[in-house]
Amino acid sequence: MRKIYRTISEISGNVISVYAEGIKYGELAEITSAHGKSLAEVIRLERGKVSLQVFAGGRGISTGDEVRFSSSPMKVSFSDDLLGRIFDGKGYPRDNGPHLSENLIEIGGPSVNPAKRIIPRNMIRTGIPMIDLFNTLVESQKLPIFSISGEPYNELLARIAMQAEVDMIILGGCGLKYDDYLFFRDTLEAGGSLGRSILFVHTAADPVVECLMVPDISLAVAEKFALKGKRILVLITDMTNFSDAMKEIAITMERVPSNRGYPGDLYSQLAARYEKAVDFEGAGSITILAVTTMPGDDVTHPIPDNTGYITEGQFYLRHGRIEPFGSLSRLKQLVNAKTRGDHRALMDGMIKLYASYKETLEKKSMGFKMSAWDEKLLQYGVLFEDELMDLSVNIPLEKALDKGWVILAECFTPEETGLRTELLNRFWPIKEAP
Amino acid sequence: MTVQGKVVGVYGNMISVAFDGNVQMNEVAYVVLGDKKLKSEVIRIRGKQAEMQIFEISKGIGIGNPVEFSDDLLSSTVGPGLLGQIYDGLQNPLPRLAEQCGFFLERGVYLDPLPGDKKWEFTPHARPGVRLTRGEVLGSVPEGIFTHKIMVPFNLHASYTVKKIAPKGNYTIHDIIAELEDQHGKSVSVAMSFNWPVKRAVDAYAERLKPVDTLVTQIRIIDTLFPVCRGGTYCIPGPFGSGKTVLQQLISRYADIDIVIIAACGERAGEVVETLREFPKLPDPRTGRTLMERTIIICNTSSMPVAAREASVYTAVTLGEYYRQMGLNVLLLADSTSRWAQAMREMSGRLEEIPGEEAFPAYLESVIAAFYERSGMVRNKDGSIGSITIGGTISPAGGNFEEPVTQATLKVVGAFHGLSRERSDARRYPAIHPLESWSKYNGIVDRKKVKFARDVLFRSDEVAQMMKVVGEEGTSLDDFIAYLKGEFFDAVFLQQNAFDPVDASTPRERQHYVFEKLLQILVAILKMPDKDDARSFFNQMRQKFLDWNGTEMNTDEFRSIESELMNMLRSREVEQLDKIYDSQEKSGEGDAKNLPHHQ
Repeated sequence: MRKIYRTISEISGNVISVYAEGIKYGELAEITSAHGKSLAEVIRLERGKVSLQVFAGGRGISTGDEVRFSSSPMKVSFSDDLLGRIFDGKGYPRDNGPHLSENLIEIGGPSVNPAKRIIPRNMIRTGIPMIDLFNTLVESQKLPIFSISGEPYNELLARIAMQAEVDMIILGGCGLKYDDYLFFRDTLEAGGSLGRSILFVHTAADPVVECLMVPDISLAVAEKFALKGKRILVLITDMTNFSDAMKEIAITMERVPSNRGYPGDLYSQLAARYEKAVDFEGAGSITILAVTTMPGDDVTHPIPDNTGYITEGQFYLRHGRIEPFGSLSRLKQLVNAKTRGDHRALMDGMIKLYASYKETLEKKSMGFKMSAWDEKLLQYGVLFEDELMDLSVNIPLEKALDKGWVILAECFTPEETGLRTELLNRFWPIKEAP
Repeated sequence: MTVQGKVVGVYGNMISVAFDGNVQMNEVAYVVLGDKKLKSEVIRIRGKQAEMQIFEISKGIGIGNPVEFSDDLLSSTVGPGLLGQIYDGLQNPLPRLAEQCGFFLERGVYLDPLPGDKKWEFTPHARPGVRLTRGEVLGSVPEGIFTHKIMVPFNLHASYTVKKIAPKGNYTIHDIIAELEDQHGKSVSVAMSFNWPVKRAVDAYAERLKPVDTLVTQIRIIDTLFPVCRGGTYCIPGPFGSGKTVLQQLISRYADIDIVIIAACGERAGEVVETLREFPKLPDPRTGRTLMERTIIICNTSSMPVAAREASVYTAVTLGEYYRQMGLNVLLLADSTSRWAQAMREMSGRLEEIPGEEAFPAYLESVIAAFYERSGMVRNKDGSIGSITIGGTISPAGGNFEEPVTQATLKVVGAFHGLSRERSDARRYPAIHPLESWSKYNGIVDRKKVKFARDVLFRSDEVAQMMKVVGEEGTSLDDFIAYLKGEFFDAVFLQQNAFDPVDASTPRERQHYVFEKLLQILVAILKMPDKDDARSFFNQMRQKFLDWNGTEMNTDEFRSIESELMNMLRSREVEQLDKIYDSQEKSGEGDAKNLPHHQ
């Protein structure tokens, strides 16, 4: 039996309160107001008082509106029909396709038993050398892309969506600009990848509470597909909008803020989402790449900071390139020993030299005299940036490694590279006689 | 009849319960939800309403759900069979849970922490008629490579006469192995396992001792520069991505210790999995058995319920204290204590307590101090010496060590291994900052020599700072060589390649040996025509030394690289200032004037 109430006692921001009985924590309700229907979720029970966050927002809700409790938590439909479709944060169609309501699954389910997890072992090839060579993406990894507003992070995600060697892409958009939503749709369609994708998109114009649902819905669907044996890459943009939506609700609920207004459980909330990344033994896997725009380019801001502690590394996107410093794939060691003998050493060696190049650049800008060594570094830095760092470079890992050696040989003598003698003997390109 | 209650409020992982009768602070209660009972703990009592933190997802709980109080505090079960186990924060065995529930952690399922049907070969030690107190030995069973002492349970506070003791034979942990009688003639039956409340320190030993023995971790920068002692405490704060967890994993593998307890508290599940899957395969260098046989993993990862995260560090230290009572050396690695502190903050926020700095509760410092104080070396009642060393990682917000958790921890630990973003960005692992870290313990190398080596680093850093301003051409050759020496020391000794089979762990003898050779290079006065030459000399030396680091000790190759190195040095050396570090004794910290001058 459904319970219906017609007296709303409090409305504050997007949160309303009703005096009701027999309500469960996390239950979903439907509110009918003069402006249409909206879903709402129970977020606090206190004696007889039930607080709900209203998906469409509190604006226009009257104290006399009808609240109808559904006796069940938020659910989403799951089937192969989802492929190629675009939905909003509630799981309602955003394209002109039919509404799906069969085979409902719960969202935000329990976490995976750590004893059932396995050590990640497969690399996901993206064709981008800064990822494949230097910070390899690994199946079941969770990685954020730290970026500032204005960087081409959505372009990067779209390229990864098209090039990544996985079975399915699930794209979750939190607070996307409408243009960006259209960009993703059109790019994936033009690239022929829409057929293997599912999009859950909340745009900036939609009610903010729906934004909170996007990661959960995307990951619940991903989990079901993974259990059916699919290797899934979940792309989310942008987790900062998600966190800000959470802050908004927390403040409305008068919770004690911990850091810059964010609730004390920001870490746990983000972790609950990111930790859905998993490799199921005997089934598929979920890999998560999520954009986090850093307010004011400040990595110590609570959102990127907490994210960094949860994820297995991070990509920094700066000046349209994936920065080699700070960017790190913590799982790369699990796979890059199996690719090619020189992969690890070359990766470390080239980054160390690039760091020296940056120092030299600094000295140069201060007007110091350049030594012979400095000149070599300068030449190296430019080659490195043009031939490997540029995001438009699309080559397989092996080609990228070969290119790395060529660049080194162009600029240095073997012992200047700091690489082990045995590797130098095997891979150092022999210069052809002029 | 136990006390009953009813749910009157739900807010995240906090529930309010109205009850009749008496309840204890920190008492465990179960919320009845259909056919499931969800474990929770009382954290505040006001009148006839108790606030409880629930150790499970609270979805679906409604007003009026019945609550059953247990009359027990949150406890761990101790007894033979703990080693090799993988538990969640409430001591639920995860592999058996997986057999029962599959991929996901189903809520409300609590299994016995110890296998009840396994038979242990018990040998009695106490004779009928002797008087014993808690913590004294009744008998023993073999558990893997250890002799597991069966003791008078720590929660029996009187003095007892042994009335009966089981003969040598095989028993389960539930079988009665002894009958004891206290002064008043009241008799108690004792089995091999019992419960101990996790938030109370086990104190069934004779006396607590001062930690003095170095705990060799085989990480060069730790053992030589910033050592840890058995029974001591240390912390590893570091921004994300600076290699805290890798460092903890290395220590758990290579440390010279009997038992390792890993408390993965609110961190990534993936990291636990590496330990979980690899330890059963890795041989323990000391015993030849697998590492898993000396390890207990308590794993409450970040997506598991927050309240259980708070309990997990206490469960871990309780199990450690139990093994310490047997005269074993235990290392507890807590990763990360910040997540534990955050769990406290989250609860404090829900309770609407007045927040302290960064919204952490005001009792943060005393709780952290009390936790680290559960470490220590003790003499047990049978004369055996046992210890718990606690190493906690800290994940400071924004990588800023000024934050409350780091500061509260620094007050109570004996060694500080500060990780730096600069060093990890430059791939200088382990990223322990050699200038900022400190230790109050004795290491494996003479303090004077360590001081000399650190001075080389300070001097090198000074020159590096100066060079940023005046450039390389404005730096004298002497200074430049001093700079190169520091960089060289850093590259070949302080940095260690965790993925190289040889370099990943350096035993005590090798550290001694290599450090002596290194000192010869650092004290040498070298003849260099110019800076480019100096740089290329040190590049070559570094290359050679790194090859040396990757070579098995006492092999022909090891000796041949060593002599090549020494020949290279001799070709440039003008004069060696023998024992220069002895004259350093009286000089001040980082005083560069006493360092050798170059020509």
